[in-house]
Amino acid sequence: MQRHFEQELNGLKTNLIKMGSLAEKAVHDSLQALLNDDTDTAQRVIDGEDRINSLEIEIDNSIVDILALQQPVAIDLRMILSALKINNDLERIGDHAVNIAESVFSLAKCEKDSYIYLPKMAEVAEQMLHNALDSFIHSDTKLGMDVLGMDDTIDNFNKDIFTRVIDRMKNNQRSIEAGMHLIRVSRNLERIADLATNIAEEVIFIAQAKIIKHHADEIKINPHSE
Amino acid sequence: MTTETKIVTKNLNLHYGEKHALKNISLDIPVNRVTALIGPSGCGKSTFLRSLNRMNDLIDNAKIDGSVLIDGTDIYHNGIDVVELRKKVGMIFQKSNPFPKSIYDNVAYGPRINGIHDKKILDEIVEQSLQRSALLDEVKDDLKKSGLALSGGQQQRLCIARALAVNPDVLLMDEPASALDPIATAKIEELIYELKENYTIVIVTHNMQQAARVSDYTAFFYIGSLIEYDETKKIFTTPKEKQTEDYITGRFG
Repeated sequence: MQRHFEQELNGLKTNLIKMGSLAEKAVHDSLQALLNDDTDTAQRVIDGEDRINSLEIEIDNSIVDILALQQPVAIDLRMILSALKINNDLERIGDHAVNIAESVFSLAKCEKDSYIYLPKMAEVAEQMLHNALDSFIHSDTKLGMDVLGMDDTIDNFNKDIFTRVIDRMKNNQRSIEAGMHLIRVSRNLERIADLATNIAEEVIFIAQAKIIKHHADEIKINPHSE
Repeated sequence: MTTETKIVTKNLNLHYGEKHALKNISLDIPVNRVTALIGPSGCGKSTFLRSLNRMNDLIDNAKIDGSVLIDGTDIYHNGIDVVELRKKVGMIFQKSNPFPKSIYDNVAYGPRINGIHDKKILDEIVEQSLQRSALLDEVKDDLKKSGLALSGGQQQRLCIARALAVNPDVLLMDEPASALDPIATAKIEELIYELKENYTIVIVTHNMQQAARVSDYTAFFYIGSLIEYDETKKIFTTPKEKQTEDYITGRFG
């Protein structure tokens, strides 16, 4: 039997994918702007935030309607609960991209030795976000698990950048302004990677009804685990 | 309301003897949409539904005033042919009520009464009506089988086919799925969703979730009065009236 409810779920998924591509583009552009001292592109990222925010509200409203009118259960319910969280995660990813874009204006004017590991870290974070969105689009839990495995790499980059920048600032006072911005960018990238991880966790929750965040298995909060 | 209106009731009052069953109901029902009537037992929703094709005429002490316009014509005006009206405004009841005849004869019954006897034309009407009521695939190999031999859900879809066979504009449904199991109910709900493309549907249901799922507009009745009428989306997410909110959230009484 064809369910017209299916069309609504597909519409929701399409909107989330649109939201995902806007967030992904914002992150990519903000990093390109950073590495090329390109303030025009940075400004475009900042200006694009409104579009992400309004799509977030549109998706939220459609989720409220589906919950109120269709009383979804089982995999449909998990998909909708996850959509609500993924939507929020993507909006915050957009915010972090804007934070990075804002730092471009200061960093473009600063004296700076190098971006240390930032280009490499940006590459990994972007890859995580891309894979998390792909895993959602294709319900690919294996790809989702791969994303989770990459989070430690990002955390290590973040720590190393922090240590290196502190050393630089200790040695050269004139590097303080650039240093503060580099730490800010690194922290924002680390948050983007965390949110990509959240999205991947939701993909696994939708498909397998398995809660994997906060190491749920170890603290025995998985409803379906033995 | 942005869409075209099919049915307009203006200050509709109905008394059953001393009982004031409908109090000044003014409601615009849009064309090719599903409008659900909800409310507790005795609120007037079924009485209102039945007033849309003059089924209340059959009740001796029912007295009605105000007007019901369908496509601009007052159906309570003297000189209205009630049989013609009921062809245009079909009705589906809670309990499926096929005639003790074959599936084919059930659907062909109305067209035959209207003077159609050409076998080819009747065949076409029967096939198209069963197709539209989503029953054809299940019964096409045995149209001679008795309508009473079908399952409850199939019988209800047969009654819908029978109503569609006389080519109505409006379908009134009084609790069409309340006697059915969840799968048969889901089929009827999907059918309602498909039928609204071509018909204006008004449905009475006790099942609020069903009203939420199938309808575009919802009217909430309470003790003969229309309390609130709006898009179903609004009624079930942000109703304006506290009484509506209390009823749909189960806080009533």
